[in-house]
Amino acid sequence: MIKVQKQKINISEQNKKLFKKKVGAVVNFIGIARPKNKSGNIKYIEIEHYPGMTEKKIKEVEIFATRKWSLNKCIIIHRYGKIIPGENIVYIGTASKHRKNAFKACEFIINYLKVNAPFWKMEKQKNKKIYVKSKERDEIKI
Amino acid sequence: MKIIYFSWLKEILEISEERVRPPSNIKNIDNLIKWLGTKSIKHKKIFLKSKNIRCAINHKIANKSSKIKNNDEIAFFPPFTGG
Repeated sequence: MIKVQKQKINISEQNKKLFKKKVGAVVNFIGIARPKNKSGNIKYIEIEHYPGMTEKKIKEVEIFATRKWSLNKCIIIHRYGKIIPGENIVYIGTASKHRKNAFKACEFIINYLKVNAPFWKMEKQKNKKIYVKSKERDEIKI
Repeated sequence: MKIIYFSWLKEILEISEERVRPPSNIKNIDNLIKWLGTKSIKHKKIFLKSKNIRCAINHKIANKSSKIKNNDEIAFFPPFTGG
């Protein structure tokens, strides 16, 4: 299941969907908005995305990871819009029979989203706004 | 042809999208970038002076040699910073 949404992600509600029969391990990655960076305190961040392309790219990695690591279930939710420090930005939940696959899939998905999903962050500080720079890694092919 | 801009590109241009009709000799992304760069000073700032611009054709990542068609939706943006 994938979702791109404005509102906060209810983590426990999502995890409940992963706790099913035959599942032996559930792994989560939850990205949180930081309160400051090197250049100062952050009032909020604004995330923009490319509707249509975003969903396609997230769906692509959900299908790939579910097959490759034989996941029982995979949930990926990414927020957009205004997000204040401390709030969640992204949720990835992977459920599998054994922990190894759930860990591997979860890590792969977040690395994939970082470089392949069309999201852009802007940090609003007291008197300025800063467009977050990418770490310049190459696209991950699947 | 529909051109869409994101992030700081949109802010510099002060538009999020525009419709353009490139001449027939504009056949790929490289040609299009050079042509768009002549549209205004703001376009020039983005297309001819910024090196770090990526693009997608109809939601698929493209490169400078990718072919373009009149009914394409072409998006320009900086590298992604989600997650």
